[in-house]
Amino acid sequence: MTTQSNTPSKGELILRLHGIGKQFGAVTALEDIELDVHAGEVVALVGDNGAGKSTLVKVLAGVHQPTSGSIEYLGKPVSLDTPKKALEMGIATVFQDLALCENLDVVANLFLGHEVNPWRMDEVQMEVRAWTLLQELAARIPSVREPIASLSGGQRQTVAIARSLLLDPHIIMLDEPTAALGVAQSAEVLNLIERVRDRGHGVILISHNMEDVRAVADRIVVLRLGKNNGVFTSDTSHQDLVAAITGASENSVSRRAARKQQDAEAVQ
Amino acid sequence: MTNEANQMTPRLDRADARVRHDAGLAGAFKKFTDKVRSGDLGMLPVIVGLLLISAVFTTLNPVFLAPNNLVNLLFDAAAVGLIALGVVCVLLLGEIDLSIGSMSGLSSAIIGVLWVKSGVPLAVAILAVLANGALIGFLYGFLRNKFEMPSFVATLAGLLALLGMQLYILGPTGSINLPFTSPLVRFGQILIMPAYLSYLVAILPGVLIMIGAVKTNAKRTAANLSAESLSVAIVKAALLTIGLVFAVYYLELGRGVPWMFGGFVLLVVILNYGLTRTKWGRSMFAVGGNAEAARRSGINVFRIRMSAFVVCSVLASLGGVFAAARLASASQQAGTGDVNLNAIAAAVIGGTSLFGGRGSAWSALLGVIVIMAISNGLTLLNLSSSLRYMITGAVLAIAVIVDSLARRSRASHGRA
Ligand SMILES: Nc1ncnc2c1ncn2[C@@H]1O[C@H](COP(=O)(O)OP(=O)(O)O)[C@@H](O)[C@H]1O
Ligand SMILES: [Mg+2]
Repeated sequence: MTTQSNTPSKGELILRLHGIGKQFGAVTALEDIELDVHAGEVVALVGDNGAGKSTLVKVLAGVHQPTSGSIEYLGKPVSLDTPKKALEMGIATVFQDLALCENLDVVANLFLGHEVNPWRMDEVQMEVRAWTLLQELAARIPSVREPIASLSGGQRQTVAIARSLLLDPHIIMLDEPTAALGVAQSAEVLNLIERVRDRGHGVILISHNMEDVRAVADRIVVLRLGKNNGVFTSDTSHQDLVAAITGASENSVSRRAARKQQDAEAVQ
Repeated sequence: MTNEANQMTPRLDRADARVRHDAGLAGAFKKFTDKVRSGDLGMLPVIVGLLLISAVFTTLNPVFLAPNNLVNLLFDAAAVGLIALGVVCVLLLGEIDLSIGSMSGLSSAIIGVLWVKSGVPLAVAILAVLANGALIGFLYGFLRNKFEMPSFVATLAGLLALLGMQLYILGPTGSINLPFTSPLVRFGQILIMPAYLSYLVAILPGVLIMIGAVKTNAKRTAANLSAESLSVAIVKAALLTIGLVFAVYYLELGRGVPWMFGGFVLLVVILNYGLTRTKWGRSMFAVGGNAEAARRSGINVFRIRMSAFVVCSVLASLGGVFAAARLASASQQAGTGDVNLNAIAAAVIGGTSLFGGRGSAWSALLGVIVIMAISNGLTLLNLSSSLRYMITGAVLAIAVIVDSLARRSRASHGRA
């Protein structure tokens, strides 16, 4: 189904971005971005709203074309000019807006573009695979034969995540995958991310939840206003991360924290 | 045996306790009413409409239901039906082709000029017509893809341009008669399927439904999925077979089932297979539902669009050939007047949404029978074409209103 080359071994560099820039008319969404992803590694991409995280993911998914810079995949320079190409190379994406077809059912969405038997679709085989994938995610989907439109936000998100796993990709990118999920499901997604990493895949995780990020990420890459703003490890303190994200140690978050501490001290 | 397996491990798709799983006939009926209530009307409006129309016209003029009148109706339906079948493809993508009438008119003109006037073999002339249709469809697809030209503008321009071409190649005489003894005209006016074949074809769908249900059930059980109870399939197959056999019996009281209509139905079946069972069809629905999501899934949206416009124009061209056969002439009037609107109306009335992502090949078949029944009934009442146009226009408006209301209801029931 896919034309993936041999699986990279653990720790090997899968993806390297160099000097990636993206311009939307007058807006510079990304500028000079550097990013490495290794096999068996979870890279968290954090940054404030509008920092360019989703844009970077879309560049890697072949949805947007970068205005400058180069992408190296498994040691070779590549151009990701269509989503199809990125998928075939083994880069799977859960988009922030999920990108599901509401008029199609769950099975059809999961296999969209990769149907079993193009000239005589094997619905039974696809349905079985769909249930297996969803069970792996501990998903609560009542029926895979209902149109996506009838599912809740969290259920849709699960379907989008399941879809990204279907092709057994080298790298999986998740753009705020837990935003609409409940407690148990969020934990399940984090478990899943760890399982995917242990299988030797690379993961790029975008999240605003610093606890989640610190729980699973091997490295934390901070974007700010479309530029790299430091790389951190998971034992970096919350305050330092927030400082990198907002661009100053003196900001509303740190002030609030300080005020709280003062209050606490005053009470004592 | 299966029961035992059931108790040990629940079927893959029956693990969620919150969902009511309707079993058997009553369950199927409940599912159907649920669907209709939530705005998923399917074929219901068209069947209700057809019964209403038949009742009204028969009371006004009993000739309407005479077997030979219905045979004529089927002869008339094939050409517009083919065009409507193509329209289904573009509507599924949320696009439109307004030039289908001109396309069919131009095609009949090309047949007249190439075959009758220039003596080119009929088969070659038909191939030329189809190739020409494919080319025009390709052009529409190109304009849509490369310049993001809205299809209604591109095809509106095409409507005029193709009509111009039709008038140009017909020249000042304006009309070419096709030889009455030729196979093409016999096909369009006389040729009837042998009775035994018609009956066989009438029985076939029911048999296929049963075989399909048994096979699917076996496969699903083997794969640890729930299987639908056979009683539903049996009732479906039985109703369909009774209906079709009665229809054939009734038509055989007159001249029988026209080959031309049989050819149209065959193409409906083929397109239905393509839309429901192939990757291409799945991609068509996906692009119609959410083109950007389809693109991100790796679907080549441009190619899918291209294919839809090409299929539409080719079917419109073939419809033009059928129309020429039916009328035994290629004239300046071919494809003008209400052909365009009838074809689009047929697709919409049959249940294909104007908003994309929803519809089926069957809608062309059912819709065109409704449209032709109206047109035939009004002709029997000796109404002028002015009144016929107004009434057909009103019917299209009603169909679109039903489509919009159903869409709104689906949205509020979370099945948009
Ligand atoms: N398709 C687009 N057209 C124009 N501007 C865009 C587009 N997509 C994103 N942007 C701009 O790029 C910037 C980064 O957006 P985004 O990557 O979505 O941020 P994030 O995901 O980090 O919140 C924003 O300023 C946004 O307005
Ligand atoms: Mg974003």
